[in-house]
Amino acid sequence: MTGTAPTNPFAGAARLTDYWATVYRRTWKGSAVSSFVSPLFYVVAMGVLLGGFIDADPDRLEGATSYLAFIAPGLLASQAMTTVFGETTYPVMSMVKWQRTYYSMTASPLSVGEVILSQLGFVVVRVAMSCGVFLLVMAPFGVFTSWTGALAAFPVQLLLALAFATPVLGLSAGLKDESPFALIYRLGLIPLFLFSGAFFPVANLDGWMQVLAKATPLWHGVDLTRMLTLGRLDWSMAAVHVLYLVALAALGWCWAVRRLTRRMVL
Amino acid sequence: MILASGLRKSFGSFEAVRGIDVDVRRGESFGFLGPNGAGKSSTMRMVAAVSPVSGGTLRILGLDPATDGPEIRARIGVCPQEDTLDTELTVRDNLVVYGRYFGLPRAEVRERADELLEFVQLTDKAGAKVEDLSGGMKRRLTIARSLVNRPELLLLDEPTTGLDPQARHVVWDRLFRLKQQGVTLVLTTHYMDEAEQLTDRLVVMDKGLIVAEGSPLALIAEHSTREVAELRFGVAEEGESHEVLARKVEDLAERVEVLPDRLLLYTADGEETVAQVHERGLTPVATLVRRSTLEDVFLRLTGRTLVD
Ligand SMILES: Nc1ncnc2c1ncn2[C@@H]1O[C@H](COP(=O)(O)OP(=O)(O)O)[C@@H](O)[C@H]1O
Ligand SMILES: [Mg+2]
Repeated sequence: MTGTAPTNPFAGAARLTDYWATVYRRTWKGSAVSSFVSPLFYVVAMGVLLGGFIDADPDRLEGATSYLAFIAPGLLASQAMTTVFGETTYPVMSMVKWQRTYYSMTASPLSVGEVILSQLGFVVVRVAMSCGVFLLVMAPFGVFTSWTGALAAFPVQLLLALAFATPVLGLSAGLKDESPFALIYRLGLIPLFLFSGAFFPVANLDGWMQVLAKATPLWHGVDLTRMLTLGRLDWSMAAVHVLYLVALAALGWCWAVRRLTRRMVL
Repeated sequence: MILASGLRKSFGSFEAVRGIDVDVRRGESFGFLGPNGAGKSSTMRMVAAVSPVSGGTLRILGLDPATDGPEIRARIGVCPQEDTLDTELTVRDNLVVYGRYFGLPRAEVRERADELLEFVQLTDKAGAKVEDLSGGMKRRLTIARSLVNRPELLLLDEPTTGLDPQARHVVWDRLFRLKQQGVTLVLTTHYMDEAEQLTDRLVVMDKGLIVAEGSPLALIAEHSTREVAELRFGVAEEGESHEVLARKVEDLAERVEVLPDRLLLYTADGEETVAQVHERGLTPVATLVRRSTLEDVFLRLTGRTLVD
């Protein structure tokens, strides 16, 4: 019994399940803390304590009846984004340069595309776990208008995860070393986190600042999540958000496969 | 198993492999011998179906790597020059996880992993992290990993480079066993002793080209003499350069090579040649008579030494 070539890319990607499971077993303790404890801290500090000083006027909070209800979906989407960055920056550099794990994977019947596909699968599972925990943590605070809205917000986080994961993975796959990551966090992740409508309505931003905020993937994720958890769904806007995120994920996918292939297949 | 004709590999305008013909048959142990930069790894990566061919044709197991890469990779084993072990996983996990890439059932892979750990004498390290292994152990683990899919063809790129002599011998012993089990081995090396010990047939590569081909013995017979007398001269004779000394003895041997630190006299009977050197009133501080090796073949064909 020698090996076999996979019959389709998903079957190929599935062969890496044991690899990711092994990685997860090694790292779950650290990630469990960050996906349970830090959301709780944020909800308590910002939503409950800071929110206590904020006079919640639904007209000025996109329809939220409390600051907590306003900020919770923003924190949820931010959690999805942060998890993705954690999984697709340093780990990708490690696999392409430090440990060269990608090279051992593609020495087998698997291709670069299948390897990326499996890694995206892993990222989505990680986001599903951390956002799942987040939703459970937030539920007792009574921030969800409807359970259906909260449930619908869950798959949105997975889509948002893919929309971030493909371009960030592509970016990391082509970097020579890890030094740009610090910049990517400071000038990418943190401004996105602060200015994409998670903490305040982007309507508060002036002119081009607002346009810029609305162009970010996180804003599309936050706005869609918030519509759902507040039960104030605007179908046409929701469609725009979904299309934006799907398009970004698809473009990012092509870019990531191309960049990693260029780097590895010489 | 491998059939290459006019095989080329270029990186931009640089040609690393410049048209080579190779035919490796089932069950044989085949070597690429050449110095650093000869194009051995570039060739191996094309054969492993991870690097596209730039020119010529290449068939592995009768398949074309351009269209059947996954199928080829499913049936071969690869031990790359640079380690690609996951150092944060355990020894055993490295094998099990890798076996799964080949579509093998989990139970079978586990069983195979234990068998292979036994084979490469790492059973008692099964639970250790790879980062705690010595260089020789890592190499053996990489070899074990390359065998997890019971490959029809095993590619080894410089299997013992960077290992200390004792670790090298352990690796050689394992590879020799594989050879005896009938596994088709293809290895690259810049150690002539490795090529002599492990290969049935080899090609000598230099600057992207094959400069000779044959069994180690046939190559030596064809391109060198039976014995070599090595002469080292001390400071007393330094007044005379090696070139001058070489001219004084050139009629005593079939061929004389001048190296920075010694003269090599190629001759059928080394002891006799040394005696004749002394008769001429020359007094080398050290003499050594030895059999010709592939190193001498390489020196003859390229004018350079393999390792420097
Ligand atoms: N990816 C690459 N890009 C550019 N040049 C390369 C690349 N890989 C190898 N080379 C060059 O090709 C030549 C042959 O390299 P290689 O096949 O690794 O030789 P060997 O394995 O015999 O030492 C060397 O001069 C090396 O610098
Ligand atoms: Mg090499």
